[in-house]
Amino acid sequence: MIAKQNMGLQHVKLSSYYVVHLPEADDFDFWRERARVLVQCEVPPDRIAWVEPGGSGDLFAHGDRNMPVTPADARPVRANRRFVSLARNAILHSDPERFALLYRLLWRLQANPRMMEDKADTDVRRVEDLAKNVRRDSHKMHAFVRFRLVESEDEGLGEHYVAWFEPEHHILRANAGFFMRRFSNMRWSILTPRGSLHWDGSSMSEGPPAQRSDAPGGDPMEDLWRSYYAAIFNPARLKVGAMLKEMPKKYWKNMPEAALIPELIAGAQNREAAMVAKGKSVFSGEFEKRPDTLEAIDKAIHACRKCPIGALDNHAVMGEGPRDAALMIVGEQPGDHEDQAGRPFVGPAGKLLDQHLDRAGIDRRSAYVTNAVKHFKYVPKIVRGGKRRLHQNPQAKEIDTCRWWIEAERAIVQPKLVLAMGASAARGLLGRTVSISKVRGVPIPLEDGSELWVTAHPSYLLRLDGPAREEQARLFDADLAAVKARLGEVAG
Amino acid sequence: MAAQSILQKLEILADAAKYDASCASSGTAKRNSMGGPNGRGGIGSTEGMGICHAYAPDGRCISLLKILLTNHCVFDCHYCVNRKSSNVARARFTPQEVVDLTLAFYRRNYIEGLFLSSGIVKSSNHTMEQLVEVARILREEHDFRGYIHLKTIPEADAEMVHQAGLYADRVSINVELPTDSGLTRLAPDKNAAQIEGAMGKVKADLVEAKDARKRFRHAPRFAPAGQSTQMIVGADAATDSDIVGKASRLYDSFGLRRVYYSAFSPIPDASAVLPLKRPPLIREHRLYQSDWLMRFYGYKPADVMQATEPDGNLPLDIDPKLAWALKFRGAFPVDVNRASKEQLLRVPGLGVKAVGKILASRRHRALRLDDVARLTLSITKVRPFICTVDWRPVLLTDRADLRSLLAPKTEQLELFAA
Repeated sequence: MIAKQNMGLQHVKLSSYYVVHLPEADDFDFWRERARVLVQCEVPPDRIAWVEPGGSGDLFAHGDRNMPVTPADARPVRANRRFVSLARNAILHSDPERFALLYRLLWRLQANPRMMEDKADTDVRRVEDLAKNVRRDSHKMHAFVRFRLVESEDEGLGEHYVAWFEPEHHILRANAGFFMRRFSNMRWSILTPRGSLHWDGSSMSEGPPAQRSDAPGGDPMEDLWRSYYAAIFNPARLKVGAMLKEMPKKYWKNMPEAALIPELIAGAQNREAAMVAKGKSVFSGEFEKRPDTLEAIDKAIHACRKCPIGALDNHAVMGEGPRDAALMIVGEQPGDHEDQAGRPFVGPAGKLLDQHLDRAGIDRRSAYVTNAVKHFKYVPKIVRGGKRRLHQNPQAKEIDTCRWWIEAERAIVQPKLVLAMGASAARGLLGRTVSISKVRGVPIPLEDGSELWVTAHPSYLLRLDGPAREEQARLFDADLAAVKARLGEVAG
Repeated sequence: MAAQSILQKLEILADAAKYDASCASSGTAKRNSMGGPNGRGGIGSTEGMGICHAYAPDGRCISLLKILLTNHCVFDCHYCVNRKSSNVARARFTPQEVVDLTLAFYRRNYIEGLFLSSGIVKSSNHTMEQLVEVARILREEHDFRGYIHLKTIPEADAEMVHQAGLYADRVSINVELPTDSGLTRLAPDKNAAQIEGAMGKVKADLVEAKDARKRFRHAPRFAPAGQSTQMIVGADAATDSDIVGKASRLYDSFGLRRVYYSAFSPIPDASAVLPLKRPPLIREHRLYQSDWLMRFYGYKPADVMQATEPDGNLPLDIDPKLAWALKFRGAFPVDVNRASKEQLLRVPGLGVKAVGKILASRRHRALRLDDVARLTLSITKVRPFICTVDWRPVLLTDRADLRSLLAPKTEQLELFAA
């Protein structure tokens, strides 16, 4: 390379300095044309001053503003595609040194045509950084330009979308194509402090630099956009650093949604706390340890206030039966009698159940009998001068909360068959609501390998009369008989 | 109840969509709005790379209008805020309302397109029909050429899912949970076989459409950005090993473009069977890092599983690449001037770009530590694992406390990290 530079001295007097004034800050073709001639005339980089519009050329005040004449025997200038594409981007950077840097690289490229591959070279790295910044600024322009709708005063022109944007580099003209390809059937303008673009639906024109006050102030759609922005943000995942990295504050002032950011951040902890607290009142979970004895469950359910039923004036009713029962019978929830006795199925429905179990040949004492919901849900009411507690059905959510306990009981007893009586009981075991008429009579496999059988609740029978009751009683008996038969099979 | 305004509906239905992890709008066919059948041009373009139009304070990008058509749902999945038994406020858009919102936002350059999902109303088929109708109006009546991602309902007829793929750039079907037992327990209305069956059909459609386009230039495009899926992390007991295994099976079996992980976050009105603790977001981050290693760094699922701790989970304090390197110290140091690309890609702290630069530069010079430092973000992290002409980490890789030397000091960061 040194030999090459020495050769240059034969053509150019050492005292020659050149000043090149560029017509536009982003005019790559002009720069390329001049740079080619200067390389061919072997003018070394430190003898050229590149001046962009508005820039100062004082440094080489005595430099020659005329270009040297290319000698006839000049070699063609070597610049590979990698260099050209990089230079095209880097020249849009606002750094006034970029032209000189690119020339220096082009100059060195003549001696070492593969120099662009040497990523550890300081000049190569610097140009790559410039190009990267420009690409990033372009990308942010594609992303952060916000059009506002103005109804045009001109007849027949209709809607006009106008945006104000402040790019960091000279990227406006280079990005005209992107917006044209995207919004071809719209009439739009992008105004920037470095110039403006106008598309009328069929042709593009350039305008002078603009000021923020030239752009419209607001758009009714921005309210919707802001509420979308606020709603899609999940306060449980606050990551301000990640946001700032991709959306630096310098862009915020022209983005309508950015005004919300401080309050969204400030309110996030409260919003998250509210989300958690609201969930917590009914929470219990797999990471919380389940009691592993029936005694511990009995004790714990008395203290359970995970749903509003537990907070009523009542007692929890624990299941009862052998710890190793092959059959688990699950009802809905304790009633008034059960609540007072502290035992499951001792009221009218329990008595009816006993009769049917007898008829089916199932010994209740061999089964583990319990409820899907552990507490009695009621509303207090004054009836005929006396206070009474009127039974109320538990809500799906309350059943799901109590599922925690019934699963704990199941894990200990490990029944081979589970008989759920009524839709609430079925939900307590399945986690979803099923229709009794659709699922009765067929076993539903459970994840631990046992089987769930579903039938009606005996209290349902109590509410029926005449032929309807006879029909339901018959179906109930049939279900119990099927369970009895299946029990014989699975229990061996 | 008084009729809800568009603004109220948008608030409810965007809020309900905030748990969806996917936001990608890239990798589809290149289109622009110039010309076309009516000569006046349409609206919208896709140029390969997606664009993030804003970032929320949760650090996530906003690229698409991500909303639900409705958050009414007949299903009762425990991890889902829209479950039937949840008492969140409900709202419902008409297809036309979604179309109008999408276009109004798109024209103002707020978004790249639409990501539409929905709770299941009436029936799966009815819901799927409504989703497809939104895409149809956008494409056919407004000549919309921006990005559309439709979340399809696995229970819907295959023909309807096929229709969705003809209008959309991407279709996705959520596997929801990494294990079948988790699905049985937490999503009682869903069925793993059905979900995978639907994915399989979409894959068959993708293959067929690709094949047809080779023969007929005008064959209709089918979901040019492919299909993706999402699973929820931390709602059941699945370990990172289970999750990585599941993800790699999905990538292999169904040619998925992406598997998204969504850390289970506390949802208002959560179901009683869900865990009290939310998993740290950093766990989700580690899973994405391991996904990245498999897609771009040549790691096999087995490699990632080897990087897990005895409990089957990836370490939270260091990234999976460093975790692997610390377990397999015998593979290091690698000589940056001689090592293969594959070996360099295994060096903690060296990314795909840095490796490319090293390979290009070393043809010109023997790299010194300073040179490598210029090509990487942080030489401190890389140094123990490499040799250069002037550097050899004599004992460093054998030091027992290497992990603590390299693990980021997170105390200060924890405020926002998890």
